[in-house]
Amino acid sequence: MKRTIFNNKLLPWLLLAPQLAITFVFFLWPAAQAIRQSFLRQDAFGTRTTFVGVENFRRLLNSPEYLNSLQVTAIFAISVTILSMGLALLLAVAVDRMIKAQRVYTTLLVWPYAVAPAVAGILWWFIFNPTIGIIPYMLAQVGYNWNHVGNPAEAMTLVVIASAWKQISYNFLFFLAGLQAIPASLREAAAIDGAGPVRRFFDITIPLLSPTTFFLLVVNIVYAMFDTFAVIDTTTRGGPAQGTNILVYKVYFDGFVGQNMGSSAAQSVFLMLIVITLTVIQFRYIEKKVAY
Amino acid sequence: MIENRPFLHLMAHVILIAGVCIVALPVWVAFVASTHGPTDFMRGTIPMWPGPHFVQNYSRMLDRGLATSGTPAVGTMMLNSLIMALCIAVGKIVISVLSAFAIVYFRFPFRGLAFWCIFITLMLPVEVRIVPTFQVVADLGMLNSYAGLTIPLIASATATFLFRQVFLTIPDELTEAARIDGAGPMKFFRDILLPLSRTNIAALFVILFIYGWNQYLWPLLITTSADYYTIVAGIRRMADAVDGLPQWHLVMATAMLAMIPPVVVVIGMQRLFVKGLVETEK
Repeated sequence: MKRTIFNNKLLPWLLLAPQLAITFVFFLWPAAQAIRQSFLRQDAFGTRTTFVGVENFRRLLNSPEYLNSLQVTAIFAISVTILSMGLALLLAVAVDRMIKAQRVYTTLLVWPYAVAPAVAGILWWFIFNPTIGIIPYMLAQVGYNWNHVGNPAEAMTLVVIASAWKQISYNFLFFLAGLQAIPASLREAAAIDGAGPVRRFFDITIPLLSPTTFFLLVVNIVYAMFDTFAVIDTTTRGGPAQGTNILVYKVYFDGFVGQNMGSSAAQSVFLMLIVITLTVIQFRYIEKKVAY
Repeated sequence: MIENRPFLHLMAHVILIAGVCIVALPVWVAFVASTHGPTDFMRGTIPMWPGPHFVQNYSRMLDRGLATSGTPAVGTMMLNSLIMALCIAVGKIVISVLSAFAIVYFRFPFRGLAFWCIFITLMLPVEVRIVPTFQVVADLGMLNSYAGLTIPLIASATATFLFRQVFLTIPDELTEAARIDGAGPMKFFRDILLPLSRTNIAALFVILFIYGWNQYLWPLLITTSADYYTIVAGIRRMADAVDGLPQWHLVMATAMLAMIPPVVVVIGMQRLFVKGLVETEK
């Protein structure tokens, strides 16, 4: 809190005006519209709208498609988070041992952050293309027939790999910063007491890294749930058989392609509740710091 | 380094080299594919080494594009992407630096409410409220325009928070000295605050440029005229057409062109990039 401030009643509002105007027109107003529409239903011709109370929400929670989408989203988010954080931690621990080569390796590992999710999707889709991709070709050599166009589990593997690939560099940078913040004296003391590298990793590094890990856990779940729209859209489009139809994709699809406004709005409201919960968790725990 | 363990050190190098290779694999494959001719993919698998058509494929995409997919030349789409990325980065920085200044250096009624209005944008990513936001933009007649591409994306709580943190660390004595010398708020803002936040602005610019360049769903929805296609959203339109007629080499050349500018920014400004990334997420 500043002690020295300027006294002016009008100026602060002028300074805030652009930000508040954009927030109101493009954030709060659409969000309010989504909430309003979630209680309405249009008839088949779009001519009459009636107030239906919580009917849209009730239908959604009873719809096998939506429940499937929830399950798919959970599997997807957990797989992306574990895969990208696991690989990033391994690489960060390895880079942390380096002295001269640290900068070179870091440069070679961070650039995928800059690749658009849509481009990442296209690249992996090409690699996994059943007719000309190199991975299906290699799998065919060992007798496995890869076809993600018809097999939901393989489609899920594809979108998980494409999404995790892009996120490794982000996790890597945060893990590396976390590792470098651990005082060397702690590791040295443990080494003098006879703890080997493995023991030191589990008894010192992992606990002291827990604030970073927790932060990344939330960020990765948010990424997998909300920022992977482009990956899905450029690879599987939610298919086959709804196998990769995650929640953000379903909102878009039901709203724009299916033209089911009531249901799409109700889904938006659910998603907003999820984002709000995740944001609150993130802010509360970052203040407290998960540490020993 | 705590103790000398040559084996572990070797292992670390092996892990890192493997990691670098896995991370680079998809881009290598795309690059190789983009240097071959259209018939090289008919033999079942794609080749693993670059072919002779590099110049031909890239120059064709840059000035003519893939007419069958209805997309314009890649050069045009890259220009649109550049305009969009720059407008979003500059716009976000300008409006958040102003609002952070108002929130930190003034006391006024409803200050808390204004702060919360900004904070709530953190919780409403565009994907979540996509249908109503599209309707608002359509009602305002902003479809197929640079304004429609950029303005809805430039409100940013994270940038406002970042500048708020930066301003809070600037000592009060500076403000007092400026006031004693007779400087008004805007003079103080221009001559003291902005120069002191220069590196933060640059770091944030790198992050926001990448964010703007990589937008996908928004440009895909609000541009129906080929004049406003951005490259990242344009690729999908090309890939759609590819299903009928395999033009893999050209699609992959476009993918390479789509990632070169942001990757160059990240590698070229690595120090600023890491600073921007770590600070905005605090």
